[in-house]
Amino acid sequence: MVKKEIYLFGTVIAILMFSQWIISKTLNPYLFMILMYCGINIILGVSLNIINGLTGQFSIGHAGFMAIGGYVSAAFSFYFFAPWISAMGLPFWLQTVGAHFFFLISLFLGGLTAAGFGYVVGLPSLHLRGDYLGIVTLGFGEIIRVLILNLDVIGGARGFTGIPSWSNFFWVYFFVVCVVLLSFRLVRSYHGRALLAIRENEIAAEAMGINITAYKVKAFMLSSFFAGIAGGLFAHYIGYLNPSSFTFIKSFEAIVIVVLGGMGSISGAVLAALITTILPEALRPLQEVTRLDFRMVIYPLLLLTLMLTRPQGILGTKEIGDVLPFLKRKSR
Amino acid sequence: MEEFFQHLINGISIGSIYGLVAIGYTMVYGILNLINFAHGDIFMIGAFSGYFIARGLGADQAPSLFLALVVLILSMVVCGALGFTIERFAYRPLRAMPRLNLLITAIGVSLFLENGGQLFFGADPKFFPELIERQIYFQIGDIAISNYQVIVVGLSMTLMFLLQYIVFHTKTGKAMQAVSFSHETASLMGIDTNRIISFTFILGSMLAAAGGILVGLSYPRIDPLMGLLFGLKAFVAAVIGGIGSIPGAIAGAMLMGLSEEMVVGYFSSTYRDALAFFLLILVLLIKPTGIFGKKTAEKV
Repeated sequence: MVKKEIYLFGTVIAILMFSQWIISKTLNPYLFMILMYCGINIILGVSLNIINGLTGQFSIGHAGFMAIGGYVSAAFSFYFFAPWISAMGLPFWLQTVGAHFFFLISLFLGGLTAAGFGYVVGLPSLHLRGDYLGIVTLGFGEIIRVLILNLDVIGGARGFTGIPSWSNFFWVYFFVVCVVLLSFRLVRSYHGRALLAIRENEIAAEAMGINITAYKVKAFMLSSFFAGIAGGLFAHYIGYLNPSSFTFIKSFEAIVIVVLGGMGSISGAVLAALITTILPEALRPLQEVTRLDFRMVIYPLLLLTLMLTRPQGILGTKEIGDVLPFLKRKSR
Repeated sequence: MEEFFQHLINGISIGSIYGLVAIGYTMVYGILNLINFAHGDIFMIGAFSGYFIARGLGADQAPSLFLALVVLILSMVVCGALGFTIERFAYRPLRAMPRLNLLITAIGVSLFLENGGQLFFGADPKFFPELIERQIYFQIGDIAISNYQVIVVGLSMTLMFLLQYIVFHTKTGKAMQAVSFSHETASLMGIDTNRIISFTFILGSMLAAAGGILVGLSYPRIDPLMGLLFGLKAFVAAVIGGIGSIPGAIAGAMLMGLSEEMVVGYFSSTYRDALAFFLLILVLLIKPTGIFGKKTAEKV
């Protein structure tokens, strides 16, 4: 059993490395950028789905966690790891290996810091329910943004420049695979069932002996960890961070992904992340025809139309395997 | 000390504008349990329709009290119609759906108004015309009170008292209270809930329009994204006061306006936007339903 998992993991890594090689040779920078944003948004959407979709809590502060992860990992890379690598005077290939190694470490540091903040924010969910929790998370996201705005070490309002661009296709999609697999395994596990029970009925779940507070906080921490990773990947991809990238509009985007895909549907969130990332870009030719930027009006209109015609989201609570049975793994 | 009084006056002035917008949030939340994210953008549309109407009427060339009133009333009508349309076509079909869907729809409407505003009004800030000549009313030492501040506070107070009268002393207002208590029971008592909800949206949007015009007068720069943060802070004020309660919204808004002004005056203006949320978290941790909020027991 464990051996099978290792084989699976190895295959995924091999496929990703091969695609990385192909993509770096073939795709133009514009398409590559869309691909990277797709991956980052998938991580954001699927991780938020753990709180909003699976646990049924309501968080609108995901951009805050993303900002923490992005800034912390960028700061570690910029102030410690990148100078170390260049100071060591290694041969070129070792430098590349070192960069990948330290990138992973700084991503984890960013993710862990975000998870720590997730713990702090998850605690008020002790006695705040529904919308109030949502408002607190929203407020938290804004406070983080204003704090970053006032921290001069990491650029403040000017933005943080000179972050080493270590992010690539492999790492982004490696974490996409991680978060998606983890979510699927989570739903089928004891802990995932507990989260679903909390979503369906908190009081009943508590009566069944589930420690609601502990599970809510855990869900928050897990979700913010991956949001932090997404932030780190984003920071090391564009090499520049600005607090204005992490306003609550970014959090809304993450929520839109979750609701559009269908609350609690992991493959739905992946699908919705792809749609919301690609759609504005696909509408770009329209702008050249009309000479006016209608894209940003069409996007909310489509969102409204979808909400009015299919309120449960694209996939509802189903997974893609339930809709297209041939994608489903044969039961062993 | 004089500086303190000046900040106090400015704080009351901005607080009463927050109050006008916060009332719209709190009424809609009280009746539909919906955070109407589009409300801040209705406030923005109020400011812009005021701007265009004022230019259309030539009020920017010849400032007079009469024209200013016409501008105010016309843009309140525009926003009332907008609020009605949004409720009728975006929120009503979804009312039976889970609340999160309604919330996403609200966000969608908000994005639509913001982006549409940027498209049609232009993304660059506009300068709101001086509808009434600006002059200093009182001057005590270094404390100056301009006629604008008097107008802002006076108009807000008038509108709030009017609202208080409508909600607590008219039949429609009683129906609003009934609907916010329970939709089903209210409709069994012969109340047309749809009509009452529409009326609530119109009322809230009209107050937001007045708020937009007052902001335009006090801080002449208006742009299509102005409703975003202002709306959010007004909403936070409503939550601090206890959402669903109109006096709570006004108290929260005053608290917000005053503390914001004090932070800007004595601390640092860059922390201004964080303060609202800091206050919010503080209040919610101490009293989870806001200052004036009722504690509702959860039924099993």
